[in-house]
Amino acid sequence: MAVTPAAKLDAQKLRADFPIFEQTFHGRPLAFLDSAASSQKPRQVLDAMTHFYETSYANVHRGVYELAERATEGLEHARERCRAFVNAPAAHEIIFVRNATEAINLVAYAWGLANLGPGDVVLVTELEHHANFVPWQYIAGKTGAEFRMLPVEPDGTLHLEQLDELAGDCNVKVVATGYVSNVLGGANDVPRIAAWAHERGAIHVCDAAQAAPHKRVDVQALGSDFVAVSGHKMLGPSGIGFLWGRSEILRAMDPFMTGGHMIRRVRENESTWGELPHKFEAGTAPMAEAVGLGAAIDYLEAVGLEAIEQYEHELVAYALDRLAEIPGVTTWGPPPERRAGIVSFDVEGVHPHDVAQILDLDAVAIRAGHHCCQPLMHRLGVAATNRASFYLYTVPEEIDRLAAGLWRVKETFGV
Amino acid sequence: MSELDQLYREVILDHYKNPRGHGALEPHHAHAEGQNPLCGDEVSIFVRFAEDGETIDEIGFEGRGCAISQAATSMLTEMVKGRKAADVAALPKDELLEEIGIPLTPIRLKCAILGLGVLKVALHRAKGTPLPEEWQGLADELQIDDED
Repeated sequence: MAVTPAAKLDAQKLRADFPIFEQTFHGRPLAFLDSAASSQKPRQVLDAMTHFYETSYANVHRGVYELAERATEGLEHARERCRAFVNAPAAHEIIFVRNATEAINLVAYAWGLANLGPGDVVLVTELEHHANFVPWQYIAGKTGAEFRMLPVEPDGTLHLEQLDELAGDCNVKVVATGYVSNVLGGANDVPRIAAWAHERGAIHVCDAAQAAPHKRVDVQALGSDFVAVSGHKMLGPSGIGFLWGRSEILRAMDPFMTGGHMIRRVRENESTWGELPHKFEAGTAPMAEAVGLGAAIDYLEAVGLEAIEQYEHELVAYALDRLAEIPGVTTWGPPPERRAGIVSFDVEGVHPHDVAQILDLDAVAIRAGHHCCQPLMHRLGVAATNRASFYLYTVPEEIDRLAAGLWRVKETFGV
Repeated sequence: MSELDQLYREVILDHYKNPRGHGALEPHHAHAEGQNPLCGDEVSIFVRFAEDGETIDEIGFEGRGCAISQAATSMLTEMVKGRKAADVAALPKDELLEEIGIPLTPIRLKCAILGLGVLKVALHRAKGTPLPEEWQGLADELQIDDED
């Protein structure tokens, strides 16, 4: 791994690790300001996957030959990297899934269907990504449980003091909240919410998909029972993420998907389930993807999560300053020192789709839409926002190009 | 012409800022509304027929969304006024796209033809004009509201 640890992050230097930036769009280098949707991949991750395919590829856990052992080692080494990354007590508590959405669905189905019923309450927040909203709404509907939402302020502040009132005397069984908002960038006080959930006898499910790329996620410090992470937002390949869950809860749960690999014994009349984590990993694992995720974690650790978090605060502060210079531009979210590299904004009189389209002509890539957060859009009183998001390879010049593009948007629309 | 000028032609911006046929029609003979879930474009179309019950005498729309979706719907109202419901039901989308006259990516294409899809659904419901397969799929995708 050819990354030199540095106290201060040097984005210009890191960019050289990302092949995607070697091409141009509309004749200009790419200013990729959409990392919150999915991050770009460093050569180290791509190389690790290629190396795995070229030297170690076979199906894992079953073969007795040396190559299969090598593949199994690759997968299990990646699992250990994930364990260390989130400070989980044991590697068997790390379950590989396709993405955070699948991780949350796993809990909603496997835990929710068995434990929820009429009279129970499932509590989420208005800030949630649909990934941590729709599965709970759906499973609550299926089981007859009640689905409630904690309101949010337009700056992303959750009204935690309203939790007691919202729950009343009801039997709260699940509290599902995100760690970092993918629209506003602010971090929630997860330890406080998890502690409240436990006081009420509920489990806490934390969607850390947008936190893990930007800051240290320590599952023991958070106090949650389940934590969902997506690989593709944190330099890893698409198609891989993981769920961390407490051993005792995972062991007591039924499986989510059934089939090959996840069994202990299969008889004509019934089957029994394998040990953790295999019980929750039916079918052939995303092996090369897991290896890629392990390499992404190595990369992030070499740069330093703390350095990344600090650098993103600086980028957000710079972006907010530049956007504040442009009349008619509104931004949402907490102050820079409390948010990951995400800036959602509106240009008065211009629909976000038109903003994003005009920026694209200058090879500035931002996201326009509801960001899979329609309840939050409703709260903000908009159908869609523009979102620029930054990562460890973002340089201030790209934010300058964003600002210049926004002036051009205003000029085009005469606003 | 720069890419920007090609895409946001003067005529598009003009229709966006000064939409023709803007506003709900009360009473009306045909109505439907639809949205593009991708970007939240919304279009609601109202039609009044002439005495023959076939010719579009007046057409109005309400909506909010990107310049392409709103300008395209505005242009559509000009295109179809005075035409028979059956003709409009059979109107190929290329005729509208030609009028819009800008290069559209697949995603923006959905914005551009939202109004046309909503109009076809409105006519289908009011007049029983055929809604070809192509538009039925689109109607589902665009979540065109089939309830009145």
